Amino acid sequence: MTTVTGRLLALGRAEAALLLRNRTALFTALLMPPLMLAALRPILDQQRATSPGLDLHAALVGGLAGIVLLFVVYYTLTAAYVGRRSELVLKRLRTGEARDGEILLGTAVPAVVLAVLQLAVLGAASTALLDLPAPVNPVLLLAGLVLALALLIPLAALSSAFTRTVESAGLTTLPVLLVAQFGSGVLFPLETMPDGLATVCRLLPTTPALRLIRIGWFGGDGSVPATGFLGTWSAAAPALLLAAAWALVAVWAAHRWFRWEPRR
Amino acid sequence: MTDSSRPAVEAVGLHRRYGPADGAGFDAVRGLDLTVHRGELFALLGTNGAGKTSTMELLEGLAAPTAGGIRVLGHDPYRERAAVRPRIGIMLQESGFPGELTVAEAVRCWVGLTSRARPADEALDLVGLLDRRTVRVKQLSGGERRRLDLAVALLGRPELLFLDEPSTGLDPEARAAVWQLVRELRAQGTTVLLTTHYLEEAEELADRLLIMHRGRAVVSGTVAEVIAGRPSRISFELPERSGPYGDLTLPPLPAAEVTATGRRVTVRTTRLQETLTDLLGWAARHQVALGALDARSASLEEAFLAIAAEAAGAAPLPIGDPR
Repeated sequence: MTTVTGRLLALGRAEAALLLRNRTALFTALLMPPLMLAALRPILDQQRATSPGLDLHAALVGGLAGIVLLFVVYYTLTAAYVGRRSELVLKRLRTGEARDGEILLGTAVPAVVLAVLQLAVLGAASTALLDLPAPVNPVLLLAGLVLALALLIPLAALSSAFTRTVESAGLTTLPVLLVAQFGSGVLFPLETMPDGLATVCRLLPTTPALRLIRIGWFGGDGSVPATGFLGTWSAAAPALLLAAAWALVAVWAAHRWFRWEPRR
Repeated sequence: MTDSSRPAVEAVGLHRRYGPADGAGFDAVRGLDLTVHRGELFALLGTNGAGKTSTMELLEGLAAPTAGGIRVLGHDPYRERAAVRPRIGIMLQESGFPGELTVAEAVRCWVGLTSRARPADEALDLVGLLDRRTVRVKQLSGGERRRLDLAVALLGRPELLFLDEPSTGLDPEARAAVWQLVRELRAQGTTVLLTTHYLEEAEELADRLLIMHRGRAVVSGTVAEVIAGRPSRISFELPERSGPYGDLTLPPLPAAEVTATGRRVTVRTTRLQETLTDLLGWAARHQVALGALDARSASLEEAFLAIAAEAAGAAPLPIGDPR
């Protein structure tokens, strides 16, 4: 009998071979984060000039995590789902023993592994180069990462439902990418925004999970004063609940609208 | 739970509707009953749009019927798919493997998704694709893709095999090889349910068959039962009606129905030998050469076309009439 793990690995292995052979996807997944990072630094420098209280390093790390997750997981995966659907691969897979959720999750394995590896390398590199403190609450950091994945994977499935071809994925992923980059503290830290706007932005789907990553590492995210391990739990509680709620909504929406075969 | 004396597939009152329940929807399957016994090869035939693939998808558990009940190997194939899937093999009408994977990689992925899977190379060898294992899927011919699809369907040594138009797109040699493979599987006890456009495929392979038209079963049974009572056919061309043949008339042919289009004559008869004797005796006496003479017993193809035409409410099609 096959196991869930075995099925996920079989799907992930095939998908990894495909990712390695797809230059566009590989370029996006490998080079986009460093490029965006290079662009991010001067933006944040400029913002610090106007908001002196900004913790530059924390904003940088938070933005970095957001960029990696958005491009490597969300964007890559949207294109992958569209590609597999148009080749009737998803339809064929549904005739086998893998359940629907496993097919989608198995396809996501290489993108998730790649994102986690990039985050680890970039995290370690920035710790060394920027002399960052050790994460205050690693559990919260990890929870933020898991919830971000739990949001972005179904969101990619959902976006693929509105995408006809792999080429048009660049367009259909734009709304989520733009909202997340501008509204979830990736390019513009929320603490530099006017209070009303920042409050609205904290409610956006992609914001709470990214906030958890920042609070987990630095003990605060500019809106809540930095605390220690225990303090971070109460500071992060609303974001934790909201992130979980958005992930559930995304899973529901993906389930409702996902398409397993191309339109005829 | 998995009583082996029960049929492999039982479907009762199957309905499948696409779209809304009002007039805007479309009923692809309208009250179909179907039973496939263990170890038999059952063919589902029908014109394009008859509902064959829609029916197959219900039996395979890819979709739930709008109404009706299905048991596949004793289980509901849609709700209890975890119990059914490890025991069946499915080949869809169109294959779906990533073009950038090699044949071996595509099969290896499926090995990881299949209980008690054969080794990848063994499955490829079965369908004659072993020497193509390092080729990318996108470089395979249409026929090779069909065979790859078949290899994947056979990976788990299924008790029950669903083949949706398995030989479409194959050249005659590959088709003969697939037929041989299907016969061997059946000999080993595999139950096979296949759909096909090729009536000679059903005639060659099927123990029993069912002909669908517009979502309903029109006729079912063994090939002999379906053909029984269908007329045989004789066709030929008469010479120009001039000179010695100016007032040529055919002899009376009892139990036969004669239709003529120009010089071309088609005779349908339930007593082929007698009619042919009468006709050839007459031709010899009058020294008439019957051009392009063809006589054949009722075939499944003939029965199928007649049944489809009757079901459509039209007169039987003039079979074999070239114009």
